[in-house]
Amino acid sequence: MSAIERRLLRCTAVTAALTLVGGCGLGASSVESGVSAKERGPITYVAGKDTSGVVPKLIKRWNDRNPGEKVTFIELPEDADAQRQQMIQNAQLKTDTYTVLSLDAVWTAEFAANRWIDEIPESSFPFDKTLGPINGTVAYRGKWFAMPYTSDGALLYYRKDLLEKANVEPPKTQDEMREVCGKVLKKQPGMSCYGGQFEKYEGLTVNFSEAVNSAGGQVTDAKGNPHLDTPEAKRGLDNLIKGFRDGTMPKNGITMMEETGRRAFEKGRLLFYRNWPYQYAVSNTKAKTNKVVNKFGVAPIPGEKGTGASSLGGHNLALANTARNKATALDFMRYMTSDEGARMRLTKASQAPVFTKLYDDPKLAGQFPWLPVLKKSIVGAEPRPRVVRYGDSTKVIQDEAYAALTGKKSSEAALKSMQKELNALKP
Amino acid sequence: MAALLVSPTLLVLGLVIAYPVLSALYTSLFTAPGIDPKTGFVEDGDSFAGLDNFTSIFSAAGDRFWNAFWNTSFLTLTSVALETIIGLGMALIMHQALRGRAWVRASILVPWAIPTAISALLWRWIFDTEGIANTIINTEVLWTTEGFQAQVAVIIAEVWKTAPFVGLLTLAGLQIISEEVYEAARVDGAGPVRRLWSITLPLVKPALLVAVLFRLLDALRMFDLPYILIGPGKESVETLSMLAQDEAANVRFGPASAYAVVLFLYVFLIAFAFIKLLGADLLGDRQSGNGKPGARKRLSLMPGNGRGQQKEATA
Repeated sequence: MSAIERRLLRCTAVTAALTLVGGCGLGASSVESGVSAKERGPITYVAGKDTSGVVPKLIKRWNDRNPGEKVTFIELPEDADAQRQQMIQNAQLKTDTYTVLSLDAVWTAEFAANRWIDEIPESSFPFDKTLGPINGTVAYRGKWFAMPYTSDGALLYYRKDLLEKANVEPPKTQDEMREVCGKVLKKQPGMSCYGGQFEKYEGLTVNFSEAVNSAGGQVTDAKGNPHLDTPEAKRGLDNLIKGFRDGTMPKNGITMMEETGRRAFEKGRLLFYRNWPYQYAVSNTKAKTNKVVNKFGVAPIPGEKGTGASSLGGHNLALANTARNKATALDFMRYMTSDEGARMRLTKASQAPVFTKLYDDPKLAGQFPWLPVLKKSIVGAEPRPRVVRYGDSTKVIQDEAYAALTGKKSSEAALKSMQKELNALKP
Repeated sequence: MAALLVSPTLLVLGLVIAYPVLSALYTSLFTAPGIDPKTGFVEDGDSFAGLDNFTSIFSAAGDRFWNAFWNTSFLTLTSVALETIIGLGMALIMHQALRGRAWVRASILVPWAIPTAISALLWRWIFDTEGIANTIINTEVLWTTEGFQAQVAVIIAEVWKTAPFVGLLTLAGLQIISEEVYEAARVDGAGPVRRLWSITLPLVKPALLVAVLFRLLDALRMFDLPYILIGPGKESVETLSMLAQDEAANVRFGPASAYAVVLFLYVFLIAFAFIKLLGADLLGDRQSGNGKPGARKRLSLMPGNGRGQQKEATA
């Protein structure tokens, strides 16, 4: 069977099975690149499950204004891995079903290196108006491959009521945090000092990277080279291990993911908890098991000698390589990532914007008290490893960090094999 | 004419069995392209690698593979053994219960009817650090962390889900044992224990073996339960299917297929050995396997249990 026949066969099978919109584009090579896009017409927008309901509204507004260039929303599952898999499948089948992709910030390098997404013209997006570190998540080898859409950074949630009672300020460093805990926890039986995400999953990569960054180290540099054989990296990991050994973190902290930790915080089991901004609205909603409504505040995460360095989350919009009507697609991406769209997503869905301007808007800051804190968090943030083989890299980091945290390996041995394996994953 | 009549069946079998197996074999001979260090782009097309994917399973990725191999075997053996014992017990109880028997049978199948992914989520709550399991035994075991307790959690959930299946198949086997056989044994003065060992078990063996075989084949492919209950990438419960999934998720379909082929061969080997050694009458070519005539004939050979045991002895 020739390659084309094989592709056709798979193609028809898959389209038949999934009854997707559009057909199978075979002339992938004839598709224009994002930089020289001129074709216009209907396109699709592909993103994970939209729990906020904002996306259909934004798309409707676009469709009303551009009747000849209708956008259809293809909603993928909520799980990030499932989204990535479907997008990769689409790219490998070379269909034109997907046009604009909403990519997790850590996928850019992989999608760009595989040419699943197009380079986009520098002039198409005001890259200089975003909070600096965000641009690091849309570039690959010095070229732009996506437009920043939403951002995400770590916040330290703390029990404002208890800190005020003890008359202390929210801590800036990890040592200060321990001191505060020493004062407050004496009167709080059953409460632990600090929690983060340390279960063996993506959250561990995030928290490990933050620990290393906060100690002045770096997991990988902009070129993808690992730097884990440094004293800073070792201090970062040792700080986490110390936290588990001395009981700063609860014993079950090793099983915490975003939601398990949030529930523990709301039940009053944690004084400090590191999480993304989404928790702010959730923990302020009255519920039977929620004891912290209006009793907590947010601060930047604590570091070794000053404020800590957050990991960067968020989503970016990219243009699928095999898509058609790319000129329309670029316009639509500009529309979605625009000031107007970002404002709507912030007010309606509490999604963190990428533009500096919105963070400095006093009206918005009044409405969303976490916004100025998040700005500080993102400005000091480091992107997670920017590597092509991200899936393998994050697994290496999780394996070794988990082994060190559970005492199976020394921090030195864990970092040494992490460094070796990440080096082997480099192109 | 005969060939023409079975051809639709053969066609369907070819499509759903032969094609995927051959396609996986073919894919397993290719490897994902590398990245051109100059441009930073991935090179075009998969390249032919021969048996490289297989050799690297046993050399470079050897530790991970053998760990997954032993996990798969251990989880399968322990859970199937427990399922068989508990399932048999369930069947004996269901066989006895007279009032509301149909209701009991239907309700005992509920765990089996729940999709594995859902039951894994349910058990995840139970095994939460503040979940029911820890409350009942009044400790703080971190079930979902690496270690033996994770394996225990998987085995408990697996047994809960699949023992009813064994139970129901065994019950079907129990129902075809003639009441006369028991009466005859009672007349000869056999007690309940003796009746269980000398009549019930030998006569229910064909049905039980088929149930165990099905469970073995199924358990060797175990994926969703450890993946959802404990989590991906945990060494203590990583199975062979999880390795294949991990490779496929990282867009390396060659190595993924190689793992799948190895797992396929392992499952095939186990099934083959099981049929040969224990003489599970899966193909139905030995008339004595089930049905009353065989049962009667065997009874005359009691307690030697006829051909089944002879086969075991020679094997």
